[in-house]
Amino acid sequence: MRRITTWLLSTLSALVLLFSYHTSTNSGSATAVATGSADAAANGSTDSGSSGSADSGTDSGTDSGSAATPTPTPSADAGSGGSSGSSSSSGTFTGDAVQTRYGPVQVEITVKNGKITKSVVTQVPWNDHKDQEINSYAVPILNDEAVQAQSAGIDMVSGATFTSDAYIQSLQSAIDQANL
Amino acid sequence: MITAEIPVTPAAPPPPVLARRAWVEHVMGTAVSVHVRAVEPTRPDLEAAVARVFAHLHKVDAVLSTWRADSDLLRLQHRETEDVHAWVADVTELALEAEERTDGLFRAWRSRAGGRPVFDPTGLVKGWAVAGAAAHLEVVPEVAFSIGAGGDVVVGAGRGPTAAAPTWRIGLEDLTTPGRVADVVSVRRGAVATSGAAARGGHVVDPRTGRPVVRPGSTTVIGPDLLWADVWATAAWVDPERVAALLPERDPGYRLVVL
Repeated sequence: MRRITTWLLSTLSALVLLFSYHTSTNSGSATAVATGSADAAANGSTDSGSSGSADSGTDSGTDSGSAATPTPTPSADAGSGGSSGSSSSSGTFTGDAVQTRYGPVQVEITVKNGKITKSVVTQVPWNDHKDQEINSYAVPILNDEAVQAQSAGIDMVSGATFTSDAYIQSLQSAIDQANL
Repeated sequence: MITAEIPVTPAAPPPPVLARRAWVEHVMGTAVSVHVRAVEPTRPDLEAAVARVFAHLHKVDAVLSTWRADSDLLRLQHRETEDVHAWVADVTELALEAEERTDGLFRAWRSRAGGRPVFDPTGLVKGWAVAGAAAHLEVVPEVAFSIGAGGDVVVGAGRGPTAAAPTWRIGLEDLTTPGRVADVVSVRRGAVATSGAAARGGHVVDPRTGRPVVRPGSTTVIGPDLLWADVWATAAWVDPERVAALLPERDPGYRLVVL
């Protein structure tokens, strides 16, 4: 148990380093990620959440997450309003949470002048140790790649695995809502 | 005095603005995403067609899954019934044809120690099922679509002017670095299937040795029908050089990319 905690701590702080941009924009992403796994993430990732329980982590995560979005349009009717959407839209958009074998995966993208400038995984499955292992490896890499893939204008991916499939799909869903 | 009305024709009608919409559902042990581009992607006929796409895939799973003990295929193999869906016979025939076409590099029969070979059409069912499901969108007017099913992609358009069908950019994933796109192919109609070891471990078995194919990289086949793109991608994963030589003569409409 002790070893697992230490391992979690190191993995999460490594994750936090990889998500280095989250503090400036959306502390919610880091706290949401840490939900149910350890307070340690709050310690390592945000200055404020030093003694936050898992519950308060979730609350502050969702609250600050929505508060931090300049033009939040994560609703379903964003798609229907898209006929008039221009390619110069800006703002932060949250994709639909996609259910994977490991749990829900959700992505938030930041768009500036019709280009994705950032993508943040706001929800990943952290239910048990095995999930941690899978996602601590997969998510940071994919998070970076999502921006890269979008900049190349990818519509669909051939050759993907389960988790990345769901992830890219979730990004695609966010792109659809942003109406690029 | 004659007044003639001069018809005022606009220089050219502006191209219709296509909006996108995506659906995701988990079926056949993978995530299947349906993307459409249409002027109005919230159209009820479009939504109904997408629902039929997923319903088709769920039905295929119920009939041909090798994971669900209650599938027609497994109940037949366990001698619990002989009353099975006609798809079981269809897929069996296709598996035989695939084995013949690929000179045995694709094989749906797994040898079992001390027993009869087991029929496992998993390597063919997904491509066949998604190609069949896409037919539900091909009859819908004024729509372009792309379906991704755990690495296999089919792209097409519905009824109506096809010249306006947009191009879809399909990223070929670098399986040694998850999430990295190694190459991009642009497809307006057709299919892209990839085979490799990283997606689900070494699950492709070389029928000549009975051993899983373990090496880095991947093989992708692009062509008109997802069923055959899928079969050839699997065969190429087993023996890329052989398929590179076979493919132009057996199925000239298909192209092989080895990464």
